[in-house]
Amino acid sequence: MSEKTPITLKINGRDHKIAVEPRRTLADAIREDCGQTGTHIGCEHGVCGACTVIVNGEPVRSCLMFAAQADGKAIRTVEGLAKGNELHPMQRAFMDHHGLQCGFCTPGFLMLAVGVLEREPQISDDDLLDVLSSNLCRCTGYQNIIKAVRAAAAEMRGAS
Amino acid sequence: MKPAPFVRHTPRTLDEALAILAEVAPQDGRVLAGGQSLVPIMAFRMARPAHLVDINEVAGLDKLIVENGMLIVGARVRHGAFHKPVEPGPLGALLASVVHNIAHYPIRMRGTMCGSLAHADPSSEWCLTAATLDAELVARRKGGERIIPARDFFEGLMSTALKEDELLAEARYMLLPAGTKFGFNEFSRRAGDFAMSAALATYRIVDGRIADARVGVGGAEASPRRIPEAEAALNGQMPGDAAFRAAAEAASAAIDPLEDIQTTGEYRRDLVRAVVRRALEASVK
Repeated sequence: MSEKTPITLKINGRDHKIAVEPRRTLADAIREDCGQTGTHIGCEHGVCGACTVIVNGEPVRSCLMFAAQADGKAIRTVEGLAKGNELHPMQRAFMDHHGLQCGFCTPGFLMLAVGVLEREPQISDDDLLDVLSSNLCRCTGYQNIIKAVRAAAAEMRGAS
Repeated sequence: MKPAPFVRHTPRTLDEALAILAEVAPQDGRVLAGGQSLVPIMAFRMARPAHLVDINEVAGLDKLIVENGMLIVGARVRHGAFHKPVEPGPLGALLASVVHNIAHYPIRMRGTMCGSLAHADPSSEWCLTAATLDAELVARRKGGERIIPARDFFEGLMSTALKEDELLAEARYMLLPAGTKFGFNEFSRRAGDFAMSAALATYRIVDGRIADARVGVGGAEASPRRIPEAEAALNGQMPGDAAFRAAAEAASAAIDPLEDIQTTGEYRRDLVRAVVRRALEASVK
């Protein structure tokens, strides 16, 4: 039972052919089997949001999805945000507005904010605040995270 | 914090899913829908199912349509589908106002309404909604189907009338008449936490007075349910502070409150009084 099965994780456009047990979470597979350690793992039960990635255009908790369920789907992680040396507007906004201190929660916040804003560019300020309540920051840098995401949202709206 | 080993089954059709479920249910087989409750409890090893029947690729279970005056919600319709009204009447608006209280955005991208109903957490917003609106729950098993009224579906804490080989295939809600007023309110200490109490109210105004009142309370007892005492306090009254306070008082007195480490029975009654009044106030905003 629970033998390893071959799957392909398409992470940031690149295929990773791996073999996983059914119980392997997507978060663990991204880090351990595909070596993409930008995605962080915090609570492993869907509360902290550090492991948030974008699967088929939707921001999801990768600790609450099994890797086999993401077989063949388009996965985006923090490593895929920058284009070469050019940071994504969300990454730059986090720098400009001091949206990170220790940085542990940052990949999750970035993927959450980018994922939601790509789906709902015109999201209201109140709804954006509700979205940002999804993830935990133990440095409690929430005010600057909110500032950063609002600034990036305005820039992403302008660019589209 | 890693789930115990299991075998994952990936049926493509409902018949195939039900056949597998019939086979593995006696060997501790369970249905995996969105996994936003099941996977955490597996990570804690509070659940160690030997088999998971993953319904995420089953054709047809994403049904979300209005048919014969009812909204039909298939087993893998995710919470996020309700962020915008799914139908133009009061029911669509009600579901859209409730859904934003469910956990957080990424959870709502994966978790399913039927999964929440089958999980039957007492504080679940969808369980409260189904109980208040007298939803019909469609249980399918290999070679059979039965329709379970919400009032008979919820049997207690995390416990439903579903048999182990039954899949909750659909939830069905009667559309609400035009002009139906509704309000929802829940209390939790942090955004997205499990509600310590929640209330949903609907009613119509006939000749300036409340009619057909429904008041449901969740998170306060082992299962969400309508509170007839609170509904009686509303019907025939003018909508306003006096009637709303009377209904809140009646609900608070009527419940058999759950007690836990952070909530005494007395505190739970206070919370119910507050959420019922706030839900009713929200109905006139």
